[in-house]
Amino acid sequence: MAAANGGYYVPHGTKWPIMGSIGMFTLLGGFAMLLNGNSSANWIMVAGTVIIVVMIIGWFGTVIGESESGAYNAQVDISFRQGMLWFILSEVLFFAAFFGALFYARIYSVPWLAGEGAGGMMTGPLLWPGFEGTWPTNGPGDIGGTFGTIPAFGIPFINTVILISSGGTVTLAHWALKNNDRGKLCWWLFVTVALGLLFLALQAYEFAYAYGDLNLTLGSGVYGSTFFMLTGFHGLHVTIGVIMLLVMLIRSMRGHFTPQNHFAFEAAAWYWHFVDVVWIGLFIFVYWF
Amino acid sequence: MHRRTPGQAMSSGIAALTALVLASPSAFAAWDLNLPVGVTPISRIVYDLHMLILWICVAIGIVVFGVMFISIMRHRKAVGAQAARFHHSTFAEIAWTVIPIVILVTMAVPATTTLIKMEDTTDADLTVKVTAYQWMWKYEYIEDGVTVYSTLAPSSRQAIYEDPTKVENYLLEVDNPIVFPVDRKVRLLLTADDVIHAWWVPELGQKKDAIPGFINEMWTLIKEPGVYRGQCAELCGKDHGFMPIVVRAASEDEYRAWVAERKMAQAEQAALAMHSWEKTELMALGEKVYVTACATCHQLDGDGIAGAFPSIRGSEVATGGLQDHLKLVMDGRAGTAMRAFGAQLSDVELAAVVTYQRNAFGNATGDVVQPAVISAARNLNTGG
Amino acid sequence: MSTSYGAHADDHHGPEPGLLRWLFTTNHKDIGTLYLWFALIMFFVGGFLAMGIRAELFMPGLQVMDPHLFNQFTTMHALIMIFGAVMPAFVGFANWLVPMMVGAPDMALPRLNNWSFWILPFAFTLLIGTFFLPGGAPAAGWTIYPPLVLQGGANVAFMVFAIHMMGISSIMGAINIIVTILNMRAPEMTLLRMPLFVWTWLITAFLLIAAMPVLAGAVTMLLTDKFFGTSFFNAAGGGDPVMFQHVFWFFGHPEVYILILPAFGIVSQIIPTFARKPLFGYESMVYATASIAFISFIVWAHHMFTVGMPLSGELFFMYTTMLIAVPTGVKVFNWIATMWRGAMTFETPMLWAIAFVVLFTIGGFSGLMLAITPVDFQYHDTYFVVAHFHYVLVTGAIFAIIAGVYYWLPKWTGHMYNERLGKWHFWLSTVSVNVLFFPQHFLGLAGMPRRIPDYAVQFTDWNMVSSIGGFAFGLSQLLFVYILVQTIRGGERAADRVWEGAHGLEWTVASPPPYHTFEKPPRVTEAEAHG
Ligand code: HEA
Ligand code: HEA
Ligand code: HEC
Ligand code: CUA
Ligand SMILES: [Cu+2]
Repeated sequence: MAAANGGYYVPHGTKWPIMGSIGMFTLLGGFAMLLNGNSSANWIMVAGTVIIVVMIIGWFGTVIGESESGAYNAQVDISFRQGMLWFILSEVLFFAAFFGALFYARIYSVPWLAGEGAGGMMTGPLLWPGFEGTWPTNGPGDIGGTFGTIPAFGIPFINTVILISSGGTVTLAHWALKNNDRGKLCWWLFVTVALGLLFLALQAYEFAYAYGDLNLTLGSGVYGSTFFMLTGFHGLHVTIGVIMLLVMLIRSMRGHFTPQNHFAFEAAAWYWHFVDVVWIGLFIFVYWF
Repeated sequence: MHRRTPGQAMSSGIAALTALVLASPSAFAAWDLNLPVGVTPISRIVYDLHMLILWICVAIGIVVFGVMFISIMRHRKAVGAQAARFHHSTFAEIAWTVIPIVILVTMAVPATTTLIKMEDTTDADLTVKVTAYQWMWKYEYIEDGVTVYSTLAPSSRQAIYEDPTKVENYLLEVDNPIVFPVDRKVRLLLTADDVIHAWWVPELGQKKDAIPGFINEMWTLIKEPGVYRGQCAELCGKDHGFMPIVVRAASEDEYRAWVAERKMAQAEQAALAMHSWEKTELMALGEKVYVTACATCHQLDGDGIAGAFPSIRGSEVATGGLQDHLKLVMDGRAGTAMRAFGAQLSDVELAAVVTYQRNAFGNATGDVVQPAVISAARNLNTGG
Repeated sequence: MSTSYGAHADDHHGPEPGLLRWLFTTNHKDIGTLYLWFALIMFFVGGFLAMGIRAELFMPGLQVMDPHLFNQFTTMHALIMIFGAVMPAFVGFANWLVPMMVGAPDMALPRLNNWSFWILPFAFTLLIGTFFLPGGAPAAGWTIYPPLVLQGGANVAFMVFAIHMMGISSIMGAINIIVTILNMRAPEMTLLRMPLFVWTWLITAFLLIAAMPVLAGAVTMLLTDKFFGTSFFNAAGGGDPVMFQHVFWFFGHPEVYILILPAFGIVSQIIPTFARKPLFGYESMVYATASIAFISFIVWAHHMFTVGMPLSGELFFMYTTMLIAVPTGVKVFNWIATMWRGAMTFETPMLWAIAFVVLFTIGGFSGLMLAITPVDFQYHDTYFVVAHFHYVLVTGAIFAIIAGVYYWLPKWTGHMYNERLGKWHFWLSTVSVNVLFFPQHFLGLAGMPRRIPDYAVQFTDWNMVSSIGGFAFGLSQLLFVYILVQTIRGGERAADRVWEGAHGLEWTVASPPPYHTFEKPPRVTEAEAHG
């Protein structure tokens, strides 16, 4: 396994990271200014975004060029794989923070506010008389006003089916790639991207419906907060995943990848499966129970 | 100079430092080194537990550092030591895993029983609801119907930029101390209005956070009459260090007398609200209220602190519509440090402070707000 | 530039000239150097703030700054020291040493490595820049508890984004280290031949990957609660301010081990060298490190004993916390057993390492006292806690960092440092640091809360002592900088194996090592691995 041989590719000098840092600094600094009421800061954010996009394209372009020119040996490939896996693990833990908030609210804080359990014996009666503590809730202060919820077995269920199928189609694409069947590879990738976009469209529709018809918003107490943060961040990750798959589709059409050597494809596929698994958690704990 | 080792030089340095410290003017002040034993049964158990664990740690330290010291003395190259080659001993490794576990268990047993006692808030004789504000305490004696607001005493506040050593109980004195009867189990229900605070009197051997929107419980049973002082113990903003607690433990009779006295004062307050006030009276009282309730944020000169607390001088609110001003002071503004003073201040005090803000610091609206206006505003609120 | 395909076509490629070398570098040694300088600068910035704190606390009353500024100093002191000084310093060590120790040509992902570093200066510009905003820098303590932190005004968004950036930097750095260790070892460098420093960093990197994203989540919730109307930490909406504390400490406790495990690694390299004896209990050291890392994820609420948890929760967290003393004790005992019957000499790195063992253990003992829930009700949020964590952080983490710098500096620069000045630096620091922090135990026990700019007069004497110790400790660090600069600029040439008793691959190459160390994987003998 661990055979560091002389052929390990070590790039010499790179301008992309510093550019990425400047872009990040500009984007986030601009966002902070915007939040503090500086309304022209959105132009700073645009500048930051442009820098970051150029950086991403340039950086990945360089890496793809190196990869296609055969600069990477098998060991470099392993480094990339391991890197991607640990990155996905860190993403899992990012979601864990929000799931933690959801479970904490449901298991502890909401019942306490309603006067249940050791922590709530006096809290309910003294501070929030009349609060029932059922879930979903926007809290004893009725923050954001009465709201409706989205039933699990409507769009969310359809979306579950879509995402799970897209996990299947991306695997079919992978098999096709391994069999060097380029036509099928592109086709199944295309289907996967289409399913991802369909998911996003339905999700967007659902958000619009929640805001417009159900009065369910980010501001609907702790239910609205956990609901939109979890589904919203998931949606963001689906979007990233779709972009990754789209790039893979374009590269496949250009004839990139070989049956042996296609790390980037696999990384995108792993990411897609991760997005899938998070969704199943969401479906169960956010929508269903 | 170069013949002295740094070690020797340092030890003379320590001697000099010690001399300096001992010669300082306050050298005779209390050189407290340890936890107070305290005046409640719990605080005494806690003290014993603290000492037990401290001595266990000291003992382990003596053994561990002792072995190391011997090694440093005897197994140094300078005395001709030859390095051995061993690097493993199953026996030693098992021993120094098992022995610490045994020690830890002996600590955990008394700790567990103590904790169970501390968490038992049942069978209280008296319940006091404590609400923390930035930066004062409100105490409501549930059974006896007494409410006390307690904030840093003016004597301490004045000394902050002058000479604290001239004041008695600097930073540990309040305007209105509370009274607990001795030998009674007092249950405290803690909450906060704005941010998290913590109620702590060391001699009572307990501390607990006061959390906005939630009630925490703790109890105490004071054995000895006396005055016990503590402080807010959770960072709560600018004046966190200026939020003392003073508890006077007194006999049941004294406690009863204090309750009666407080009730009388509350009734007087209510009577005051009935009659009409002169502007000068309102301004005088208003200044007093402003200094105690508002000046920590908006500052004595009314200029506030840029970026954190707005200036009252020339403030659009304090020179604009009266109802908006009243509403802001009574209801506060959600999500900022400006809290609702409606429940905390009496009608007279609210009338006075609003009058004051509208006519001081160069604000010249000329408005005079009568207490009756406040009670009307209150009724409006509850009615709507 | 980045288009030089074909690995090592240019085998003797040196660094780029001028400033661009540092901006564009992908070389692990350059990046390590950047990290170490950054950490040193941040140590001085954080130390400057600490000097402000100690000056204000020199005597009762307010003389130096107003309470609001004091709170900003406390908050920023801690954030800068933890995220700006200690963590980057350890990553700097990892960059310099891990590839050399495992026999790798460089870090596994060199471009990413550059990025991990270059995010930091920008993140700290955002963070430190908040001092110049209206309302000033964050002032709610480094634990940034809501609702207080949300009163911060303009600084909240900047602080949150700065923390996001630091998190991204740490996670990428950690991934790089893990992949380097798992994928880039020389064929004969089996896992159980790795130097302990590599082991401790491998485990630390996992802690980082698991802990930092949780912090990112926590501060994101702060941001939305302030700006987007969510109610995570607002009881009226069904949330709970205490929920933040749980999420924060789920990160925060592993974080403190992130700050100490690499220190354990450094000390485990130094002690065998100067005892001229193999590290005692190598394998049990590895298992102990892994156990500490594991347990560190189930103890977090020991920072929250006073928030009103149910009894069962308090008991659980008390027991698990106490348990950590066992694997930590194993480490201490192993170090002492390594010294036992060795042939010790006391060059500067060894002095710092020995002081580490003693003073860290003292900090561990006070940690154990804090773990006892019923007594922690008394200790919590007092200077006793401040004393505890400065013993583990300053005489723990910082001492280990300084020890490591003296130990590897000749390797890095090719010059010996001035041994006599090094010893002065050691003795001045060790004495003054105890004058600085030991009295804080007394202050805490006697009832002085932490995070206060002013105190009751009975606390005056010990505060004066502590402040004097603080100034002395701070000034002593100027000597450190002098020694560093002197060594970098010249001095006696260092041998390849700088220390007689040193083992490991880094000592088999020249001092300073060539720009690219191992172009071919080196042989690793049992003797070189374990001494
Ligand atoms: C490097 C950082 C570091 C390290 C290593 C530790 C190590 C430990 N810490 Fe510490 N801690 C902090 C950094 C650290 N801590 C910080 C920064 C805070 C404050 C945060 C804030 O609020 O701002 C804090 C606060 C803190 C608290 C909360 C206090 C409070 O706020 O009320 C507690 C409570 O349990 C605690 C416990 C411990 C324990 C049990 C250990 C153990 O790991 C120690 C184990 C070591 C030993 C015990 C010594 C060696 C062992 C032996 C010689 C074996 C034999 C010994 C026995 C059997 C006793 N720490
Ligand atoms: C690794 C982390 C780390 C390090 C290294 C330090 C180092 C120091 N710390 Fe800090 N500290 C924390 C982590 C750390 N601290 C944390 C987490 C907190 C809690 C914050 C909170 O409550 O939120 C804290 C809080 C804290 C407090 C409590 C503040 C309060 O509760 O209000 C104090 C008070 O004495 C203090 C002092 C010091 C001192 C004197 C040093 C010294 O060791 C610093 C020495 C270094 C220098 C001084 C720099 C070098 C020299 C110069 C700049 C030259 C100039 C010198 C002179 C002018 C004399 N620290
Ligand atoms: C804990 C800090 C604090 C205290 C104490 C405090 N205030 Fe305020 N006050 C604020 C803050 C913060 C604001 C700004 C709120 C906002 O952003 O809208 C404010 C705003 C105001 C304003 C509006 C100023 C403007 O122009 O926007 C008035 C009037 C006011 N307070 C009156 C009072 C009075 C009267 C008291 C005492 C009875 C008082 N405040 C006590 C923090 C405080
Ligand atoms: Cu109230 Cu600190
Ligand atoms: Cu901890």
